[in-house]
Amino acid sequence: MPMVNIAGKEVEVDEEGYLVDLSQWNEDIAKYMAVEEKVDLTESHWEVVNFLREYYAEYQIAPAVRVLTKAIGKKLGPEKGNNKYLYELFPYGPAKQACKIAGLPKPTGCI
Amino acid sequence: MSDMDEMEDGSGIVKKFMFLNRKAPHGTVYALEGLEVVLITAAFDQDVSMVFTDDGVYQLMKGIDSKGIEVKDFSKTYRALDGYDIEKLYVDQASMDARGLTEDDLIVDVTVLAVDEMANLMAEQDVVISF
Repeated sequence: MPMVNIAGKEVEVDEEGYLVDLSQWNEDIAKYMAVEEKVDLTESHWEVVNFLREYYAEYQIAPAVRVLTKAIGKKLGPEKGNNKYLYELFPYGPAKQACKIAGLPKPTGCI
Repeated sequence: MSDMDEMEDGSGIVKKFMFLNRKAPHGTVYALEGLEVVLITAAFDQDVSMVFTDDGVYQLMKGIDSKGIEVKDFSKTYRALDGYDIEKLYVDQASMDARGLTEDDLIVDVTVLAVDEMANLMAEQDVVISF
């Protein structure tokens, strides 16, 4: 699988650019992935990215977008737990793009 | 990604799917792959129930530590099922008894069924898939 050099460290990614070894993740990798995805990281983006990392630590999977939306609504409030808000942050799919930035695998059930 | 959209232009048929889990969590890939199929099925808004029988009941055990065999401990993922609206989890009474297990040993809330109740439940399904 391809290797990329991120902030002086060699990291392995899969064909679609997702990080292979979750434990390598750091903020530099998040920023690199964000540039790849053409996402300008703001506080609001980090909130979702950190939420995803916590979700993964708890359940060992990357959630499908519907599940993510619902879980964010529960944790951060309905004004954030909706498609409009999340797609504005991550236009090419919140689960797909945010998971990539968070260093998680592509969500199961995401075709 | 567009699971919701697809259901809207599709016919929106909902079938009753039962996933039957019969094998121990590690040693074969059945349990993990079965779980993935369940999550995908749920993304298509189907009526999903999961049954754990024989060594499959071990999949739901609390306190699994898979570090020594260097595989991912996916038992935590069963706790995420609720968020996927998969709430129908059943275990077979005889399989639990034979292994000295009770509901308290399991990582999620389940309904324990006797063999005749299980047979009725299976008879109601449109699709039964065994892992």
